[in-house]
Amino acid sequence: MSSRIQSPDASLSLASDAPNLETRRSFLGKSGLVLSGAAVALLAGRDVLAKGNRPAGSDVNVLNSALGAELEAIAAYQVGAESGLLQKPVLNLAVTFQGHHKEHADVLTKTIIKLGGQPVSAKEKYTFPVETLKTQSDVLRFAAMLEKGAVSAYLGAVPVFENRDLAKAAASILGDEAMHWAILRNALGDAPVPAAFMS
Amino acid sequence: MSAAAVLAVVVGAAAAKGELTGDPKAGEAIYARCFACHALAYNRTGPKHCGLLGRRAGSVAGFEYSAAMKRANWVWNRQTLDRFLADPLKAVPGTTMGYAGVKDRQERADLIAYIEQAGRSEVCRAR
Ligand code: HEC
Repeated sequence: MSSRIQSPDASLSLASDAPNLETRRSFLGKSGLVLSGAAVALLAGRDVLAKGNRPAGSDVNVLNSALGAELEAIAAYQVGAESGLLQKPVLNLAVTFQGHHKEHADVLTKTIIKLGGQPVSAKEKYTFPVETLKTQSDVLRFAAMLEKGAVSAYLGAVPVFENRDLAKAAASILGDEAMHWAILRNALGDAPVPAAFMS
Repeated sequence: MSAAAVLAVVVGAAAAKGELTGDPKAGEAIYARCFACHALAYNRTGPKHCGLLGRRAGSVAGFEYSAAMKRANWVWNRQTLDRFLADPLKAVPGTTMGYAGVKDRQERADLIAYIEQAGRSEVCRAR
Protein backbone atom coordinates (compact mmCIF):
# COMPACT_ATOMS: atom_id res chain seq x y z
CA MET A 1 0.00 0.00 0.00
CA SER A 2 1.24 3.44 -0.80
CA SER A 3 0.05 6.67 0.70
CA ARG A 4 -0.76 9.68 -1.36
CA ILE A 5 1.17 12.73 -0.43
CA GLN A 6 0.14 16.28 -1.01
CA SER A 7 2.89 17.92 -2.95
CA PRO A 8 4.01 21.11 -1.29
CA ASP A 9 3.13 24.32 -3.03
CA ALA A 10 6.44 25.97 -2.37
CA SER A 11 8.39 23.54 -4.46
CA LEU A 12 6.00 23.75 -7.37
CA SER A 13 5.46 27.44 -7.82
CA LEU A 14 8.31 27.86 -10.29
CA ALA A 15 7.16 25.21 -12.69
CA SER A 16 3.38 25.25 -12.63
CA ASP A 17 2.51 28.89 -12.39
CA ALA A 18 1.84 29.60 -16.04
CA PRO A 19 0.24 33.04 -15.63
CA ASN A 20 3.37 34.25 -13.89
CA LEU A 21 5.63 33.28 -16.74
CA GLU A 22 6.53 36.82 -17.64
CA THR A 23 7.46 37.64 -14.06
CA ARG A 24 9.41 34.46 -13.91
CA ARG A 25 11.29 35.23 -17.08
CA SER A 26 12.37 38.59 -15.84
CA PHE A 27 13.23 37.09 -12.47
CA LEU A 28 15.35 34.45 -14.13
CA GLY A 29 16.90 37.01 -16.38
CA LYS A 30 18.22 38.85 -13.36
CA SER A 31 19.29 35.78 -11.42
CA GLY A 32 22.29 33.62 -12.17
CA LEU A 33 20.15 30.73 -13.39
CA VAL A 34 20.44 31.70 -17.02
CA LEU A 35 24.16 31.08 -16.92
CA SER A 36 23.93 27.36 -16.20
CA GLY A 37 25.37 25.05 -18.84
CA ALA A 38 22.00 23.55 -19.62
CA ALA A 39 20.38 26.93 -20.00
CA VAL A 40 23.08 28.03 -22.41
CA ALA A 41 22.54 24.95 -24.50
CA LEU A 42 18.80 25.48 -24.41
CA LEU A 43 19.16 29.03 -25.56
CA ALA A 44 21.10 27.71 -28.51
CA GLY A 45 17.95 25.75 -29.33
CA ARG A 46 16.34 29.03 -30.28
CA ASP A 47 18.66 29.40 -33.27
CA VAL A 48 17.45 26.12 -34.61
CA LEU A 49 13.92 27.48 -34.44
CA ALA A 50 14.86 30.78 -35.97
CA LYS A 51 16.28 28.98 -39.01
CA GLY A 52 12.89 27.36 -39.45
CA ASN A 53 14.41 23.99 -38.72
CA ARG A 54 11.66 23.14 -36.30
CA PRO A 55 12.42 20.11 -34.17
CA ALA A 56 9.99 17.25 -34.53
CA GLY A 57 7.21 17.03 -31.97
CA SER A 58 9.00 14.10 -30.46
CA ASP A 59 11.58 16.46 -28.90
CA VAL A 60 8.79 18.12 -26.95
CA ASN A 61 7.53 14.70 -25.84
CA VAL A 62 10.98 13.71 -24.64
CA LEU A 63 11.40 17.01 -22.79
CA ASN A 64 7.98 16.62 -21.22
CA SER A 65 8.60 13.14 -19.87
CA ALA A 66 11.88 14.42 -18.40
CA LEU A 67 9.99 17.36 -16.90
CA GLY A 68 7.42 15.02 -15.36
CA ALA A 69 10.19 13.03 -13.69
CA GLU A 70 11.94 16.21 -12.45
CA LEU A 71 8.72 17.55 -10.92
CA GLU A 72 8.21 14.27 -9.13
CA ALA A 73 11.80 14.34 -7.83
CA ILE A 74 11.21 17.84 -6.43
CA ALA A 75 8.16 16.57 -4.56
CA ALA A 76 10.06 13.46 -3.39
CA TYR A 77 12.89 15.56 -1.91
CA GLN A 78 10.28 17.73 -0.21
CA VAL A 79 8.78 14.64 1.42
CA GLY A 80 12.27 13.54 2.47
CA ALA A 81 13.17 16.96 3.85
CA GLU A 82 9.92 17.16 5.82
CA SER A 83 10.04 13.56 7.04
CA GLY A 84 12.11 14.44 10.09
CA LEU A 85 14.29 11.44 9.22
CA LEU A 86 17.17 13.36 7.65
CA GLN A 87 19.89 14.79 9.90
CA LYS A 88 22.29 17.51 8.90
CA PRO A 89 24.48 17.45 6.83
CA VAL A 90 22.42 14.96 4.82
CA LEU A 91 19.39 17.22 5.10
CA ASN A 92 21.39 20.05 3.49
CA LEU A 93 22.35 17.74 0.64
CA ALA A 94 18.72 16.88 0.02
CA VAL A 95 17.76 20.54 -0.09
CA THR A 96 20.64 21.34 -2.46
CA PHE A 97 19.73 18.47 -4.77
CA GLN A 98 16.08 19.50 -4.74
CA GLY A 99 17.25 22.97 -5.81
CA HIS A 100 19.05 21.46 -8.80
CA HIS A 101 15.91 19.58 -9.81
CA LYS A 102 13.97 22.83 -9.61
CA GLU A 103 16.50 24.43 -11.95
CA HIS A 104 16.23 21.47 -14.35
CA ALA A 105 12.43 21.66 -14.28
CA ASP A 106 12.52 25.37 -14.92
CA VAL A 107 14.85 25.14 -17.90
CA LEU A 108 12.84 22.24 -19.35
CA THR A 109 9.58 24.16 -18.92
CA LYS A 110 10.95 27.21 -20.67
CA THR A 111 12.41 25.16 -23.48
CA ILE A 112 9.14 23.30 -24.10
CA ILE A 113 7.32 26.63 -24.31
CA LYS A 114 9.99 27.96 -26.65
CA LEU A 115 9.47 24.97 -28.93
CA GLY A 116 5.75 25.66 -29.01
CA GLY A 117 4.83 22.77 -26.70
CA GLN A 118 2.67 22.58 -23.63
CA PRO A 119 4.75 21.75 -20.55
CA VAL A 120 3.25 19.23 -18.14
CA SER A 121 2.58 20.71 -14.74
CA ALA A 122 3.24 19.13 -11.39
CA LYS A 123 0.62 16.70 -10.18
CA GLU A 124 -1.42 17.78 -7.21
CA LYS A 125 -0.59 14.50 -5.54
CA TYR A 126 2.25 12.05 -5.96
CA THR A 127 2.36 8.51 -4.71
CA PHE A 128 5.51 7.58 -2.79
CA PRO A 129 6.19 4.34 -0.96
CA VAL A 130 6.21 6.16 2.38
CA GLU A 131 5.43 2.98 4.33
CA THR A 132 8.91 1.73 3.44
CA LEU A 133 10.63 4.98 4.45
CA LYS A 134 11.36 4.59 8.16
CA THR A 135 14.97 5.66 8.56
CA GLN A 136 17.42 8.12 7.06
CA SER A 137 18.95 5.25 5.08
CA ASP A 138 15.55 4.31 3.64
CA VAL A 139 15.05 7.87 2.45
CA LEU A 140 18.55 8.06 0.97
CA ARG A 141 18.11 4.71 -0.77
CA PHE A 142 14.83 5.87 -2.27
CA ALA A 143 16.43 9.13 -3.43
CA ALA A 144 19.39 7.22 -4.88
CA MET A 145 17.01 4.98 -6.81
CA LEU A 146 15.26 8.00 -8.30
CA GLU A 147 18.55 9.67 -9.20
CA LYS A 148 19.86 6.52 -10.86
CA GLY A 149 16.58 6.24 -12.74
CA ALA A 150 16.92 9.86 -13.82
CA VAL A 151 20.43 9.21 -15.17
CA SER A 152 19.07 6.27 -17.18
CA ALA A 153 16.15 8.33 -18.43
CA TYR A 154 18.42 11.14 -19.67
CA LEU A 155 20.76 8.57 -21.16
CA GLY A 156 17.76 7.23 -23.04
CA ALA A 157 16.82 10.75 -24.12
CA VAL A 158 20.20 11.85 -25.49
CA PRO A 159 20.13 9.70 -28.65
CA VAL A 160 16.52 10.45 -29.56
CA PHE A 161 16.63 14.25 -29.67
CA GLU A 162 16.39 15.60 -33.21
CA ASN A 163 18.00 18.80 -31.98
CA ARG A 164 21.60 18.16 -30.93
CA ASP A 165 21.58 21.16 -28.58
CA LEU A 166 18.84 19.47 -26.62
CA ALA A 167 20.90 16.28 -26.48
CA LYS A 168 23.76 18.32 -25.05
CA ALA A 169 21.46 19.93 -22.48
CA ALA A 170 20.16 16.50 -21.46
CA ALA A 171 23.73 15.26 -21.05
CA SER A 172 24.49 18.27 -18.89
CA ILE A 173 21.57 17.43 -16.58
CA LEU A 174 22.58 13.76 -16.66
CA GLY A 175 26.00 14.67 -15.27
CA ASP A 176 24.44 16.54 -12.36
CA GLU A 177 22.11 13.66 -11.49
CA ALA A 178 24.95 11.14 -11.67
CA MET A 179 26.79 13.25 -9.09
CA HIS A 180 23.73 13.22 -6.84
CA TRP A 181 23.57 9.45 -7.18
CA ALA A 182 27.24 9.00 -6.26
CA ILE A 183 27.00 11.32 -3.24
CA LEU A 184 23.87 9.57 -1.99
CA ARG A 185 25.58 6.19 -2.33
CA ASN A 186 28.57 7.57 -0.48
CA ALA A 187 26.32 8.83 2.34
CA LEU A 188 24.84 5.32 2.53
CA GLY A 189 28.30 3.76 2.83
CA ASP A 190 27.98 2.08 -0.59
CA ALA A 191 30.71 2.28 -3.22
CA PRO A 192 29.96 5.74 -4.60
CA VAL A 193 30.84 4.91 -8.19
CA PRO A 194 30.14 1.21 -8.64
CA ALA A 195 30.82 0.91 -12.37
CA ALA A 196 32.64 2.52 -15.27
CA PHE A 197 29.47 2.90 -17.35
CA MET A 198 25.93 4.02 -16.65
CA SER A 199 23.05 2.21 -18.34
CA MET B 1 13.59 -38.40 -36.25
CA SER B 2 15.30 -39.02 -32.94
CA ALA B 3 14.27 -37.10 -29.87
CA ALA B 4 17.58 -35.28 -29.96
CA ALA B 5 17.02 -34.23 -33.58
CA VAL B 6 13.51 -33.01 -32.80
CA LEU B 7 14.92 -31.03 -29.93
CA ALA B 8 17.61 -29.58 -32.17
CA VAL B 9 15.01 -28.53 -34.74
CA VAL B 10 12.81 -26.97 -32.06
CA VAL B 11 15.71 -25.16 -30.45
CA GLY B 12 16.92 -24.08 -33.87
CA ALA B 13 13.49 -22.75 -34.74
CA ALA B 14 13.30 -20.85 -31.48
CA ALA B 15 16.72 -19.35 -32.11
CA ALA B 16 15.75 -18.43 -35.66
CA LYS B 17 12.61 -16.73 -34.39
CA GLY B 18 14.84 -14.89 -31.96
CA GLU B 19 13.36 -16.17 -28.74
CA LEU B 20 15.69 -15.85 -25.80
CA THR B 21 15.18 -17.08 -22.29
CA GLY B 22 14.98 -14.19 -19.89
CA ASP B 23 16.49 -14.21 -16.42
CA PRO B 24 14.19 -12.27 -14.08
CA LYS B 25 16.98 -11.64 -11.58
CA ALA B 26 19.09 -9.90 -14.23
CA GLY B 27 15.93 -8.17 -15.43
CA GLU B 28 15.30 -6.67 -12.01
CA ALA B 29 18.57 -4.74 -12.22
CA ILE B 30 17.70 -3.54 -15.72
CA TYR B 31 14.29 -2.40 -14.48
CA ALA B 32 16.12 0.25 -12.40
CA ARG B 33 16.46 2.14 -15.71
CA CYS B 34 12.71 2.63 -15.70
CA PHE B 35 12.53 4.03 -12.13
CA ALA B 36 12.54 7.67 -13.19
CA CYS B 37 9.10 7.20 -14.68
CA HIS B 38 7.54 3.86 -13.71
CA ALA B 39 6.57 1.84 -10.66
CA LEU B 40 5.01 -1.59 -10.60
CA ALA B 41 2.01 -0.73 -8.49
CA TYR B 42 1.08 2.87 -9.26
CA ASN B 43 1.04 5.39 -12.09
CA ARG B 44 3.84 7.96 -12.24
CA THR B 45 5.14 9.81 -15.29
CA GLY B 46 4.50 6.45 -16.97
CA PRO B 47 1.71 3.94 -16.25
CA LYS B 48 2.00 1.18 -13.66
CA HIS B 49 3.39 -2.17 -14.78
CA CYS B 50 1.39 -4.55 -12.58
CA GLY B 51 -0.95 -6.44 -14.91
CA LEU B 52 1.01 -5.37 -18.00
CA LEU B 53 1.18 -8.81 -19.63
CA GLY B 54 -2.18 -9.47 -21.25
CA ARG B 55 -3.57 -5.96 -21.10
CA ARG B 56 -4.25 -3.72 -24.09
CA ALA B 57 -1.72 -0.99 -24.81
CA GLY B 58 -2.80 2.33 -23.38
CA SER B 59 -5.54 0.95 -21.16
CA VAL B 60 -4.71 1.75 -17.51
CA ALA B 61 -7.62 3.74 -16.11
CA GLY B 62 -6.63 7.14 -14.79
CA PHE B 63 -3.40 7.37 -16.79
CA GLU B 64 -3.24 9.98 -19.52
CA TYR B 65 -1.74 8.23 -22.52
CA SER B 66 -0.68 9.82 -25.78
CA ALA B 67 -3.14 9.57 -28.66
CA ALA B 68 -0.54 7.36 -30.35
CA MET B 69 -0.49 4.81 -27.52
CA LYS B 70 -4.27 4.78 -27.25
CA ARG B 71 -4.41 4.03 -30.96
CA ALA B 72 -1.80 1.26 -30.78
CA ASN B 73 -3.96 -1.73 -31.34
CA TRP B 74 -2.27 -4.56 -29.50
CA VAL B 75 -2.08 -6.51 -26.30
CA TRP B 76 1.15 -6.55 -24.31
CA ASN B 77 2.91 -9.90 -24.51
CA ARG B 78 6.56 -10.91 -24.86
CA GLN B 79 6.62 -10.13 -28.58
CA THR B 80 4.91 -6.75 -28.47
CA LEU B 81 6.96 -5.72 -25.43
CA ASP B 82 10.15 -6.80 -27.14
CA ARG B 83 9.29 -4.71 -30.18
CA PHE B 84 8.26 -1.66 -28.14
CA LEU B 85 11.17 -1.73 -25.71
CA ALA B 86 13.73 -2.09 -28.52
CA ASP B 87 12.73 1.34 -29.86
CA PRO B 88 9.65 2.92 -28.28
CA LEU B 89 9.57 6.01 -30.51
CA LYS B 90 9.75 3.90 -33.64
CA ALA B 91 7.29 1.23 -32.47
CA VAL B 92 4.73 3.87 -31.45
CA PRO B 93 5.49 7.10 -33.30
CA GLY B 94 4.16 9.95 -31.19
CA THR B 95 4.50 8.12 -27.88
CA THR B 96 5.28 10.29 -24.88
CA MET B 97 7.75 7.71 -23.59
CA GLY B 98 10.80 9.67 -24.67
CA TYR B 99 13.33 6.92 -24.27
CA ALA B 100 15.73 5.34 -26.75
CA GLY B 101 14.96 1.82 -25.58
CA VAL B 102 16.84 -1.27 -24.46
CA LYS B 103 18.96 -2.22 -27.44
CA ASP B 104 20.38 -5.53 -26.23
CA ARG B 105 18.11 -8.50 -27.01
CA GLN B 106 19.17 -10.50 -23.97
CA GLU B 107 18.62 -7.50 -21.71
CA ARG B 108 15.13 -7.09 -23.16
CA ALA B 109 14.35 -10.77 -22.56
CA ASP B 110 15.59 -10.44 -18.97
CA LEU B 111 13.60 -7.27 -18.42
CA ILE B 112 10.40 -8.81 -19.78
CA ALA B 113 10.95 -11.93 -17.65
CA TYR B 114 11.24 -9.68 -14.60
CA ILE B 115 8.08 -7.70 -15.43
CA GLU B 116 6.23 -11.00 -15.93
CA GLN B 117 7.47 -12.37 -12.61
CA ALA B 118 6.81 -9.12 -10.75
CA GLY B 119 3.24 -9.21 -12.06
CA ARG B 120 2.68 -12.34 -9.99
CA SER B 121 4.41 -10.95 -6.90
CA GLU B 122 2.90 -9.73 -3.64
CA VAL B 123 3.20 -6.06 -4.70
CA CYS B 124 1.02 -6.67 -7.73
CA ARG B 125 -1.38 -9.17 -6.22
CA ALA B 126 -2.31 -6.60 -3.58
CA ARG B 127 -3.67 -4.35 -6.32
C1 HEC C 1 11.28 9.27 -19.28
C2 HEC C 1 10.21 8.53 -18.67
C3 HEC C 1 10.11 7.04 -19.00
C4 HEC C 1 11.09 6.09 -18.91
C5 HEC C 1 12.55 6.27 -18.49
C6 HEC C 1 10.46 4.84 -19.25
N1 HEC C 1 9.14 5.04 -19.56
FE1 HEC C 1 7.78 3.63 -20.14
N2 HEC C 1 6.37 5.06 -20.39
C7 HEC C 1 6.54 6.40 -20.13
C8 HEC C 1 5.36 7.12 -20.54
C9 HEC C 1 5.15 8.62 -20.44
C10 HEC C 1 4.47 6.16 -21.06
C11 HEC C 1 3.11 6.41 -21.72
C12 HEC C 1 3.42 6.51 -23.22
C13 HEC C 1 2.29 7.00 -24.10
O1 HEC C 1 1.16 7.22 -23.64
O2 HEC C 1 2.58 7.19 -25.31
C14 HEC C 1 5.14 4.87 -20.95
C15 HEC C 1 4.58 3.67 -21.38
C16 HEC C 1 5.18 2.43 -21.23
C17 HEC C 1 4.58 1.16 -21.59
C18 HEC C 1 3.17 0.97 -22.15
C19 HEC C 1 2.27 0.64 -20.97
C20 HEC C 1 0.79 0.59 -21.20
O3 HEC C 1 0.07 0.64 -20.18
O4 HEC C 1 0.33 0.51 -22.36
C21 HEC C 1 5.49 0.19 -21.29
C22 HEC C 1 5.32 -1.31 -21.48
C23 HEC C 1 6.66 0.84 -20.74
N3 HEC C 1 6.44 2.20 -20.72
C24 HEC C 1 7.79 0.19 -20.30
C25 HEC C 1 8.96 0.84 -19.88
C26 HEC C 1 10.16 0.15 -19.44
C27 HEC C 1 10.30 -1.36 -19.31
C28 HEC C 1 11.08 1.11 -19.16
C29 HEC C 1 12.54 0.94 -18.72
C30 HEC C 1 13.39 0.24 -19.64
C31 HEC C 1 10.47 2.40 -19.41
N4 HEC C 1 9.17 2.19 -19.83
C32 HEC C 1 11.10 3.62 -19.24
C33 HEC C 1 7.66 7.00 -19.60
C34 HEC C 1 8.88 6.38 -19.41
